[in-house]
Amino acid sequence: MQGKQSEYTTVTRLYRRRLLGSLVLLLALITLSVLAGRYPKAGFSNPFTLASDQLMLQVILQVRLPRILLAVTGGAALAAAGFVFQMLFANPLVEPGFLGVSQGAAFGAAAAITLFGFSPIAVQVSATVFGLMALICSYWLAKQFRFGGWILRLILSGIAIGALFSAGLSIIKLVADPTTSLQDITFWMMGGLWNSTWSTAWSVMPTMWVSLMLLLAVRWRINLLSLDERTAHAIGISVSREKSLMLLVATVATTAIISVAGLVSWVGLIVPHLARRLLGSDSRFALPGSMIIGSMFMLLCDTVGRTILPSEIPLGVLTSLIGAALFMIILTRRQTEVEL
Amino acid sequence: MNDAYRLDHVTYTYPGREHPAVLDLSLSIPEGRTTVLLGPNGAGKSTLMDLLLAWRRPETGTIALFNEDLGSYTKRHLGRTVSLVPQEEGSRFSFSVLEYVLFGRSPYLHELAAPKKHDIQIAYEAIGQVGIESIAHRSITTLSGGEHQLLLLARALAQQPRVLLLDEPTSSLDPGNTARVVRILKNLSEQGITLFFTTHDPSVAAECAHKVAMIARSSLLHSGDTDAVLTSELLTELYGTEMETFRRDGRLIVSRTHV
Repeated sequence: MQGKQSEYTTVTRLYRRRLLGSLVLLLALITLSVLAGRYPKAGFSNPFTLASDQLMLQVILQVRLPRILLAVTGGAALAAAGFVFQMLFANPLVEPGFLGVSQGAAFGAAAAITLFGFSPIAVQVSATVFGLMALICSYWLAKQFRFGGWILRLILSGIAIGALFSAGLSIIKLVADPTTSLQDITFWMMGGLWNSTWSTAWSVMPTMWVSLMLLLAVRWRINLLSLDERTAHAIGISVSREKSLMLLVATVATTAIISVAGLVSWVGLIVPHLARRLLGSDSRFALPGSMIIGSMFMLLCDTVGRTILPSEIPLGVLTSLIGAALFMIILTRRQTEVEL
Repeated sequence: MNDAYRLDHVTYTYPGREHPAVLDLSLSIPEGRTTVLLGPNGAGKSTLMDLLLAWRRPETGTIALFNEDLGSYTKRHLGRTVSLVPQEEGSRFSFSVLEYVLFGRSPYLHELAAPKKHDIQIAYEAIGQVGIESIAHRSITTLSGGEHQLLLLARALAQQPRVLLLDEPTSSLDPGNTARVVRILKNLSEQGITLFFTTHDPSVAAECAHKVAMIARSSLLHSGDTDAVLTSELLTELYGTEMETFRRDGRLIVSRTHV
């Protein structure tokens, strides 16, 4: 038994080391991202000439840093939300976008832009309210379906609810003023961080930080919510209360980043898979791992997107491209954790 | 002898259904003994299990657990008193056996806490009690049916319960694994844990039960000492097919006489 105990300690130590390693990698990536860009010319700037180049310093402080902060925190929020959704629905194939949350949030944001102009707070609140509404609708609809397993029903109802909100969004775009709100909506929809400023960053940071801290604090308990509800009840969990709370926190974190960055898909689906491969299924390690990998993924996509071509590649396009490719690789590999 | 559970005139009807799933049922489950619930499919066994778990609340009647109203238990207190071995339970995530057994420690842990050394030790003891030490670090998605049943039993034991409820613990097992589970259940009973389980197999009841209850069409037919209830007449009445019981080398054997 002693030998077994130490085996557990060894595994735990390995996961801790991997977490620390990925954190170091993230810091390195942040440093590179600060220096990467198309000013004064495409590529990396020399860190030793920064002090003498006032304009360069301003570009870093006022343009790149708030954007990097948003990418890092937003990536962590999207990945953490995806992870929580996967655990709570006992379904490795969901992310907030699959259950209509992103489409609901997009509808809410567009409605707010049309009604009130682009005010970050109004967009954020409206995106959150409609995102939550979409989640509740998908869950309710899945319960009403009379065929198929739980995963299939959830995905189908998510498609239906997502489609409803997307249709609603199209109607808003039709009636929106083409000279003002339609442009705002279109830019916002593409998903990107190009107009990030310190004020947009600070408008969503508190919400995301609080959500991430809450999820980190209860990370072991998130495991328990992946159990069958009757079993979870039998091990002393208030299933509905805890699940609703976790879903609320995850949805708020998602809609906060969506409200400033637009639709950035695939992060929440793909990153938790990568984290589980690296750190096992226990959310004590896999959740913080998802956050760190999510930060790296989004930062990498955003940095590449703003550096590689003279005109920027939208963030949502890059995350979808890489995310979908990774998804296909993971699902076609023999050893997959997904059982439908 | 004290009762672990006492049910008085308990009735439960599923929402939207006309007929009750459990009707005016009174039963006591003695502390420190093994009680087995027999009954044909659809008799109300699962509903009764849900009621004992406080997963469903009785419509009328009362359920007392160690002389306190079951409804007055907090989730945490209930989780430390009663644990469940469900009939089947899948997970789509590849937790290790130890990680899964540790989930049973949740009623002892604060909302923000993770298992400590002490919990890990108890989880290992539970794993040892059911004899699956050799697979403690394997992924639960790679286990056989028999190993999986023992995994669920180990998680329930990690809760250090006074009462262990088991939902058809041997229904999906081959004879070898059934014998193994029966042996473990007898051991647990000797340690003073109150056991209550449902089964379709009267032979398993004959091997482990101190007390047998028979339920059919939502109501209790008979309950009492194993020898008094596991008779050819009562089993024939319960299942509606000819059954016989006899003793060989002092052991009670149950078999079906006609196909």
